[in-house]
Formats: sequence, C-alpha cells, structure tokens
Amino acid sequence: MNAHGPIPILRVGSNLLTTVHIDLHDTVAEAFQQDVLLAIERTGATGLVIDITGLEEVDTYVARILADTGRMAKLMGAQTVVVGMRPEVAATLIRMGYMMEGVETALDVDEGLTLLIERQAKKRRST
Amino acid sequence: MVETVQSWEVPIAREDDIVLVRRKARALAQERGFDAFAAAALTTAASELARNVWVHAGGGKAIIEELTDGYRTGIRMTFVDEGPGITDVERVLQGGFSTARSLGLGVSGTRRLVEEFDLQTAPGRGTRVVIVKWTRF
Repeated sequence: MNAHGPIPILRVGSNLLTTVHIDLHDTVAEAFQQDVLLAIERTGATGLVIDITGLEEVDTYVARILADTGRMAKLMGAQTVVVGMRPEVAATLIRMGYMMEGVETALDVDEGLTLLIERQAKKRRST
Repeated sequence: MVETVQSWEVPIAREDDIVLVRRKARALAQERGFDAFAAAALTTAASELARNVWVHAGGGKAIIEELTDGYRTGIRMTFVDEGPGITDVERVLQGGFSTARSLGLGVSGTRRLVEEFDLQTAPGRGTRVVIVKWTRF
C-alpha cells in the first residue's frame, strides 16, 4: 500500500496503522505524509494510528511533521492518534515547551485503535 | 577542574549528517552511563542545533567532547557555522520566533535541556553554540 516512502501503512478495519521506525527527515517526511493521505483516499479510512514506539528522540522538527500529518488527515476527514511515545520523549518535548497541539495521543496501538473505534461507533449512533 | 578526555569532529554538510551527529551523541551518552532522560535531552538538543546549522547556514560542523571533572562525565557539543548569524539574539533565546521551518522553539527549548548553554553570534559572522550535559552523581 506504499506509494513513495519506506514507512509501511497497514489497514486495520476502518483505520490505518503506521509505525515510524526511521528518522523522519525531509525527503522521508514528505513521502510519509503523501503516503498517508493517499492511503486515506484509497481505503476511505476514518482513522489513523501513528506508532512512534521506535523513536528514541523526537525533536521539534519531527514533532511538527507528526502534528502536520494529523492536521492534513483531519482535513480529509480522518482522525489521527499518535501512540507509543516514550517517557523520555514526552519529558523532553514538554521541557522544551512543545505541546504538539491538535494531535490526540494514546498509550499504545491497542489504546489508539480502541479510541478510534469507540469514537466511530458513537458517531454512527448519533447519525 | 574540567578536562577533555577525547573529542570528535563531525562535519554537517548534508541533511543526513544531522543523524550522524545525533547518533554519535547518543552512543557516547549511553556508553558513559547517562540515563534515558538525560540521553534523550542531549540528543534532542544536538538534533535541534545540528538542524539549525544545516537549515540556516547550509552547513558547518559539530565538535563532540567527552569531559570529566574528576567525578562525573560531561558531554560538550559545539556547533559552528559561518552562516548569516542571528540579528535578534534575545528574541531567538526567548523562543516562539520561527523563520525557516524548525527554529520556533529550537534554541530556547534546547537551552532548557542542558546544564550549560552559550551562544555567540553576530550578523554576517556565523554562529557558535556550546552545550554541556553532565551525568548525575
């Protein structure tokens, strides 16, 4: 399901799951964002889980790429949850003053998918 | 008295070199017993500053030094470029000042991650940033 980049995007029910396991710098980051958006279009997914368990550090550049990806997905109608942030990464980002606004987070992939599925079920009930 | 045990110089000539600088800092921090929080703080600071060298000056270098004060290990990182320099230093140090993509919290945030921080710059004269992080007792 990959168009350009080295980061795989998997379909899990009505959601997408992607695990960022390599450094997100310029060329990789741009390909990643495009792959995510194209996958949303192709699958009609309404949710996206970005797993960052593998990232030992997240600087403000990478944090911004993750937040931007979430905002792009949201424009298309898909909700993003960033999961698996390590304790030292959370501590470092907050100490730097970075809030990663506009992005929801959850503990791990399970929690992230559960959150999306509950949200989608609620939406269906109300419509 | 603080002494330098050994040092390495890493050129920053391509975007990928940011990763090399960060990896070297991480490897050294882990070998010398920095905990996960201190190692993440140092490597994140290194990443921000190396990116600044790349984005704002188009290149430069990083010098990584292992320090000792007789009790603890420190890591000093010096980032040097011959780019345009910074005109409004106070504003950059206060943060929330964003020009080319990443700088918004880069410098001000980095300062909060390390024990020592020094910035020398002048318009047209390049920029030199020095940070030091020490192991805990």
